Amino acid sequence: MRGVRLLVGTRKGAFILTSDEERQKWEISGPHFAGWEIYHINGSPADPNRIYASQSTGWFGQLIQRSDDGGLTWSPVDNKFEYAGGPVTHQWYDGSQHPWGFKRVWRLEPSLTDPDTVYAGVEDAALFRSTNGGKSWQELPGLRDVKGQLWQPGAGGMCLHTILLDPTNPRRIYVAISAAGAFRSDDGGETWLSINHGLFSGDELPDPTAEVGHCVHNLAMHPNRPDVLFMQKHWDVMRSDDAGGMWREVSGNLPSDFGFPIAVHAHEPETIYVVPIKSDSEHYPPEGKLRVYRSRSGGGEWEALTNGLPQQDCYVNVLRSAMAVDTLDSCGIYFGTTGGQVYASADSGDHWTAIVHDLPAVLSVAVQILP
Amino acid sequence: MIRVLLPTHLQRLANVGREVELLVTEPVTQSTVLDALEASYPMLRGTIRDQVTLERRPYIRFFACGQDYSLESPESPLPEAVAKGSERFRIVGAMAGG
Repeated sequence: MRGVRLLVGTRKGAFILTSDEERQKWEISGPHFAGWEIYHINGSPADPNRIYASQSTGWFGQLIQRSDDGGLTWSPVDNKFEYAGGPVTHQWYDGSQHPWGFKRVWRLEPSLTDPDTVYAGVEDAALFRSTNGGKSWQELPGLRDVKGQLWQPGAGGMCLHTILLDPTNPRRIYVAISAAGAFRSDDGGETWLSINHGLFSGDELPDPTAEVGHCVHNLAMHPNRPDVLFMQKHWDVMRSDDAGGMWREVSGNLPSDFGFPIAVHAHEPETIYVVPIKSDSEHYPPEGKLRVYRSRSGGGEWEALTNGLPQQDCYVNVLRSAMAVDTLDSCGIYFGTTGGQVYASADSGDHWTAIVHDLPAVLSVAVQILP
Repeated sequence: MIRVLLPTHLQRLANVGREVELLVTEPVTQSTVLDALEASYPMLRGTIRDQVTLERRPYIRFFACGQDYSLESPESPLPEAVAKGSERFRIVGAMAGG
């Protein structure tokens, strides 16, 4: 029988939750790296025993940990992220120019085919790659050439938080940055173009349709249709049918179109999930009701999924990397909250259960299917 | 031998106790002590000082002989008592709480 492994990053360590494919009973191990912030922990699609974790604190900086045995043991690998080129300053909160400086790794995205190749999205925003299992990192500096001097930090910092690898075209990569926007490379990361046409940031930018500067919170794609992208922007849920060439809004009947994560069903490319949050100044669910919203039409028409989720007095947030989808026949959906709960649904979101209640604030959730 | 005290997180990371002993070639300075520490425990690179600029991380302090040496030049000699090993060079994470 196959198994499921959840990789959960929190404010005070990493936790690994495992179950069989029924996904009813879970075993929890952790905290790994106790006391450290784990912005992201993610496994290799090519080798589920290979896991990378981003470990950091404000005191001691950034470490990258690697496991070759499914998270049983860990070893630190290289943590030197040295910018290679691109602009030396970006826009600061007050509109002045500010020096680029490394803060932390927000996202680790292993290659779809090679366990030793892994991408790292960092703050201040840049994309790095390792081709030797994390033993050294090199920036892909062409990204910052796309008007990097106009990028600016959001409230959480100027972070590259989303990396999507096209399974049908190994040279195509998408990334998203707060607050710069979405970008695409068609040559393996050497050169990049902004893909922000159609975005409208009326309250955030002096030019609401600027080429860069949009606060994109998350991107998602279905592996069988990699030209169709979904986006949770600061405000607005968006969709592109041409690899980011043009976006259109699909917020439809959502109670709020502010939020952080967005995900696509494993077997239904037109079924997508978001977690509406009240506003950019009130980071909790509208009406104190924690609801995942599902659209089976690729956006526009949404239904609230509430069975098993708290429907009163709930004021947690769900962060951008804290939702994941498994690939079992009955698609599993998982998300973690800033209140330390991890919720799971083994039936595409119809029913939810809190598989753990009291972790530290959850920063990220990733899922692996084990043979 | 130079005696260095590490904060809890770095003890766990390096898999050592609170105090480590290092052989440091003279002159004994912040830089030479940290060079020796990172050579013996490579996993500590970047946790005390930036890997690129070699600047002390903002929330790290260096104490010895009842004094704060954090703002001294990394190349300045540390007290003789540290160099002789009778006093310990303390690497401290700044207080935080609330």
